[in-house]
Amino acid sequence: MSVRTLRIDGRDVASGEGTTVLEAARDAGVAIPTLCHLEGLSPVAACRLCLVEIEGSNKLQPACITPVSEGMVVHTATPRLREIRRTVIELLFTEGNHVCAVCVANGHCELQDRAVDVGMDHARLPYRFPDRPVDLSHQRFGLDHNRCILCSRCVRVCDEVEGAHVWDMAWRGEHCRIIAGLDQPWGAVDACTDCGKCVMVCPTGALFHKGDSVAEKHEDPSRLAALLQARRARQEAP
Amino acid sequence: MSQPAKLRLATVWLAGCSGCHMSFLDLDEWLIELAPQIEMVFSPIASDIKTYPEAVDVALVEGGVGTSENLDLIRQVRRRSRLLVSFGDCAVTANVPGLRNPLAGPAAVLDRSYLELADGSARWPHAPGLVPELLERVLPVHELVPVDLFLPGCPPPAERIRAVLEALLRGEQPQMEGAEMIRFG
Repeated sequence: MSVRTLRIDGRDVASGEGTTVLEAARDAGVAIPTLCHLEGLSPVAACRLCLVEIEGSNKLQPACITPVSEGMVVHTATPRLREIRRTVIELLFTEGNHVCAVCVANGHCELQDRAVDVGMDHARLPYRFPDRPVDLSHQRFGLDHNRCILCSRCVRVCDEVEGAHVWDMAWRGEHCRIIAGLDQPWGAVDACTDCGKCVMVCPTGALFHKGDSVAEKHEDPSRLAALLQARRARQEAP
Repeated sequence: MSQPAKLRLATVWLAGCSGCHMSFLDLDEWLIELAPQIEMVFSPIASDIKTYPEAVDVALVEGGVGTSENLDLIRQVRRRSRLLVSFGDCAVTANVPGLRNPLAGPAAVLDRSYLELADGSARWPHAPGLVPELLERVLPVHELVPVDLFLPGCPPPAERIRAVLEALLRGEQPQMEGAEMIRFG
């Protein structure tokens, strides 16, 4: 594997060909905030939180899908990027109904944490208060569209890891939402194996275990990487 | 020798559960240290004054703006206060009172609350001039009047309130950053 040398926030970094800017930055100890990204799932650059500046380009690039290249000079935390990141988080908060105080994920929510990271003490954009449904048709789990940020982790984990492909993204713009099966009630989709991986990787309280009340959802999405490692180890065992 | 002027403090309760005020009371013995440094000029928990006074230095405003009375009061508070603090998640985001906003306006909210969910004797509350009218939506304070400082939390922990008040008493701008100071919920 050939090595690429680049600069991230003034630090010299050497990374293997095919490494993403996000991976290279994390290896070098530079924290770039993310929401849709999750180790173990293919990157999709949906949330735009990891946008970085690359010298010589006017376009901002999502670090999670941009491969490193020789001589690349990357800036991850300029005032312009900080402003964009806070706006991204404000857009997510004002677009849905994220009422932390009465959420199953309160205290264990990646959106709530990122709001702190980007310094959001209030939303400078007007709240939309959309009328969105909650799907409680599944025996064990619920889907609250009010809290969904369309990161597509559930879509990817169900397709790539569980192999069931229950979830998809449907419609456009403000009507865009997660659907089960062919836009059916979740509980009516036979393909669902009830494995709960979608609930485990959901960064907010959108997917939850029925019976969990306020602040009772304590999932750890990073468990997915451990799960995949265990699966690989078993496959490679003689 | 003249004493330094005391900070004229007000606390205001709009569409909220009073939990932010309860958290203020959770300051416990620090309230005794606070008392000589301020003049409490308006507060539902510490004063009987019904009319919002002039020349208030700092106003802690709990709650979103959900009724005609809330709206009249917040406009008066803005006109008469130097520093208006959005105090807690309801003031900052509309939060729980704002859960009614996806319903289509006051009539739908009253139908849902007083007719559909009633056990018996279902009827709308009706007392013109006594019970204030619901606004179309509950809004965060800063969507209606300019706000100088945001103090989120449901409720903001007492330590967070204290950190803000201590900075203001020193004449400094509170540093609103990090999970200790700005975490919602």
